[in-house]
Amino acid sequence: MSTSYELRCRECGKLWGNQPRSICEGCFSPLEVTYDYDGLRARISREQIARRPPNMWRYAELLPLPKDFHPSLPTGFTPLISAPHLAKELGAKRLSIKNDAVCLPTLSFKDRVVAVALAQARSFGFDTVACSSTGNLANAVAAQAAREGFKAWIFVPADLEPAKVLGTQVYGAQLVRIAGSYDQVNRLCSQIADEHRWGFVNVNLRPYYAEGSKTVGFEIAEQLGWRLPDNVVVPMAGGSLITKIKKAFDELITLGLVEKKQVRFFGAQATGCSPISTAVKGAQEEILPQRPSTIARSLAIGNPADGHYAIRAITGSGGWSEDVSDPEIVESIQLLAEREGIFTETAGGVTVGTARKLYQQGRIAPDETTVLCITGNGLKTTDALVGHYEAEEPIAPKITAFETFLQNALEVPAPVEASA
Amino acid sequence: MSIRVQIPSALRRHTAGVGQVECSASNLGELFSALDEKFPDLKPHLRDETGQVRRFLNIYVNEEDIRFLGGPSYAFQDGDEVLLVPSIAGGCN
Repeated sequence: MSTSYELRCRECGKLWGNQPRSICEGCFSPLEVTYDYDGLRARISREQIARRPPNMWRYAELLPLPKDFHPSLPTGFTPLISAPHLAKELGAKRLSIKNDAVCLPTLSFKDRVVAVALAQARSFGFDTVACSSTGNLANAVAAQAAREGFKAWIFVPADLEPAKVLGTQVYGAQLVRIAGSYDQVNRLCSQIADEHRWGFVNVNLRPYYAEGSKTVGFEIAEQLGWRLPDNVVVPMAGGSLITKIKKAFDELITLGLVEKKQVRFFGAQATGCSPISTAVKGAQEEILPQRPSTIARSLAIGNPADGHYAIRAITGSGGWSEDVSDPEIVESIQLLAEREGIFTETAGGVTVGTARKLYQQGRIAPDETTVLCITGNGLKTTDALVGHYEAEEPIAPKITAFETFLQNALEVPAPVEASA
Repeated sequence: MSIRVQIPSALRRHTAGVGQVECSASNLGELFSALDEKFPDLKPHLRDETGQVRRFLNIYVNEEDIRFLGGPSYAFQDGDEVLLVPSIAGGCN
C-alpha cells in the first residue's frame, strides 16, 4: 500500500508505518507523523487551497487522513480578527486573535484534533473511542463520536467545571470521573489503553490526533495573506499545540507556500500550573512536574507530555514563556470581552494576561505582527466569574422606574445607599 | 521486604511477556539493577547511554510520580506498587 504519511520516532528516526501507537518500542520516545514532502510540493498550491471550502479539510494533504475519508463536519477555519482595542490596552499595534472559541462543533480547538483522530479510529477498525481530558477534549470526543457512530468513554478529573461535564454527558458518552488530578487520569488511561482495544485519541492515536492542531497554524498563515506572523502567543497544557503550530509553519515554508521567516513562539501558562514556563524562565531543558492549583483547569497538567518539545520550540525560536495568577486570568477574560467582544474560557485569560506581560517586558515589540491563540469558549467556564457580576435588583415595568434607574446608573459610581 | 513492579505492554516484548515482577530493591537504582539482571534486553529501553532514566519514561510509586517523592533517593516501603509508564508524548518538529 502506498501511503504519503507514516509514523516515525522523534528520537531514533525508526519508521513504524501506520498503526495505533504513540511510542517507539525501541527507545520509548514519542512517534510523530511524517509526510512525503517532495511528492507533496508539486501537488499543493495556495490557489488550490483557496478554492476549497473554508474549513480545516482544505489542508487535507498535510493531514494524516485515510484514503477513503470523507469529512462530515466543517470544523476549523475560525476567524482571525484584528484586535485594535485590546492592542491599545496592551501597548500593541498589530495584534490579531485566532478565535477558536467558535470552532465547530464544541467551541474549542480540540474539535480539530478529534476530527483527525476519529478518521484514523475508523480506519483502524475501532468501534469505541476514548480520551483523558481536562474538559474541552471530552466535549469534542463525545460530540464527534455521537455523530460518527462510535461508542465513547471519557475520563476526567472529578473537579471538572459543571458545564464541561454536562457538555460531555449530553452526547450520550460514558463519563468516568476520577478522584484525582488530570495527570493521574492520564496515567490511568495509558494503563487502560494497554488492556482494552479502544481508540484513545490522546494515547494510542496521539500522533494522528496531534496533527490536527497544525491547522491552527495553516489558517493563521493563510488568513494573514500567506505570510507568517512575527510572534504567536499560545496557551500550554500538555504543550502539544505550540509545537504543532511551529510544525505547520515549518511545513508551509518547506512546501514554498510562505516565505521563510523566524517566527517567535511564546507560551502561556497559569502560575498555579506552570511546569513549562518555569523551565523556560530557569533555562532548564527538562520539565519538573508540578501539582496544579489554578482556575485554568483546561491547562492544569502538571506533567506535560510534550513539555520537552514545547521548551525547545520556544527557546529555539527566540521566544519566551510567562505565567499569570488566577486574578490576572479573570481580569484578562473581562478585558478581552469588554474590548473585543470575545468571551473566552480561563485558558484564553491566561493567553491574554501573558501577552500583556510580554509587551510590558518588551519581549514583543508593538509594531510586530502578533497573533494570540484563543482556544476555548467562556460559556464553558462561567464558574470562574462567579461573584464578579451580581444580579441587579429588578425594577417595576414602568417608565418612571426606569428613569430613576437610569439616573442612578449614570451617577458613577453609584453607591447602594445613594440610590434609594 | 518486597515491592511489585508493573511492566507496560510496550516493554513486555523484552520481558518474554512478563507484566509483573516482585523484587526486594530498596531504591530506584537497585530496582533497575534487579530488572537488568532479570531482563537483560530491557536495560537500553529504560535508561539511555549515560545511565539516565529515559526522558519519556515516568515512574510511579503507589500512583504518585516518584519525582514528588525524592526520585532516586526515595526508599521503597514494603508492599510498594511501582508503575513504569510511557509519558505518551505526541510529536512534532
